[in-house]
Amino acid sequence: MDESGKLIAIIGDEDTVTGFLLAGVGHRTVNTTNFLVVKNDTTVSQIEDAFNRLTARDDIAIVLINQHVANEIRHLLGSYSKTIPTVLEIPSKDVPYDPEQDYIMQRINMMLGAGQS
Amino acid sequence: MSAQQVAPTRMALQMYKGKLLGAKKGYELLKKKSDALKARFRKIAKQIHELKQVMREDAATAFFSLTQAAQYVAGDFRGKVLDTPRPAAVRCRARTDNVAGVKLPVFESYETGSEAKDNIGLAGGGQKVGQCRDKYKAWVENLIKLASLQTSFVTMDEALKVTNRRVNALENVTIPRMEGVISYINRELDELEREDFTRLKKVVEKKREAAAREQALKNELAAANKLLETDEALAASAAVSGGDDTMLDEFDTQEQGDVYF
Repeated sequence: MDESGKLIAIIGDEDTVTGFLLAGVGHRTVNTTNFLVVKNDTTVSQIEDAFNRLTARDDIAIVLINQHVANEIRHLLGSYSKTIPTVLEIPSKDVPYDPEQDYIMQRINMMLGAGQS
Repeated sequence: MSAQQVAPTRMALQMYKGKLLGAKKGYELLKKKSDALKARFRKIAKQIHELKQVMREDAATAFFSLTQAAQYVAGDFRGKVLDTPRPAAVRCRARTDNVAGVKLPVFESYETGSEAKDNIGLAGGGQKVGQCRDKYKAWVENLIKLASLQTSFVTMDEALKVTNRRVNALENVTIPRMEGVISYINRELDELEREDFTRLKKVVEKKREAAAREQALKNELAAANKLLETDEALAASAAVSGGDDTMLDEFDTQEQGDVYF
């Protein structure tokens, strides 16, 4: 089987992770997974831990993270400076997507706004 | 400024002229690169903007179809999906795109062909589950596109900053400094030339003066000699022509008397 490609990691609520796993993104081996299901009782330190673990792996190219989860670890994302893996904020089922909170979108809006004025 | 440390010689001037030329060329090229990057940067920003909107709709439909499938048709299969061990079927490979010398990562998704064969929805709603899977797959595709764009955006932002800094450094520091050095050398060389010219003029003047003095001396000498000569000649001729005169006088008067009267 082709193992050369990189994986997509997911940190998110149950619905998001299920859907992506259904689509075939999940990768579960004996001791590691590339996803974390954030439930109501998941602590912030667990999320931080998972984020650090996933971004430190070199076989992961993209980390998808639910926006409401991203808000919990905003301090980590703010200081995150690596290009790969790319961290991508995605909407979740319960919380509508707010482009204002995504820092890339903030930059783009600022740039496009500044360009048009 | 460093201009004071440069030796004001023609060689240094030549060298700095070459350097200035190089700096100007480099400035032009970097400016072009910066413009190219900027154009691409804007395009990417716009694409991200659009794709984020698309992604929102994707997400909504995907969640909706998952809810449909899980809640109403196939029963809650989320736990089963989460707990099934499996290798990743969708992976992405990174390719690099080159924009004006800046390498941008581009992710491409591909399927490994190990399609998960879990028996979800066997009892009912299999079609719904399949639809849901397709929705999520489409979403993943878009997300991967978005991820490459976003990575490009960040990389390009960095590259743009560096390039702009270089352009500005060349424009506002390096080129003026070289021009300063060149003008300093030119001034010094001109000064030297003027000094030389004045010195030459002075020398010529002195020489001329000396020549004139010599000439004057010579003239005086010559004049004195001549005077002496003429004096002698006069004295000699006076001595010789004493008798002649009287003879001629007599002759003249005789003749004149003959002719006129």
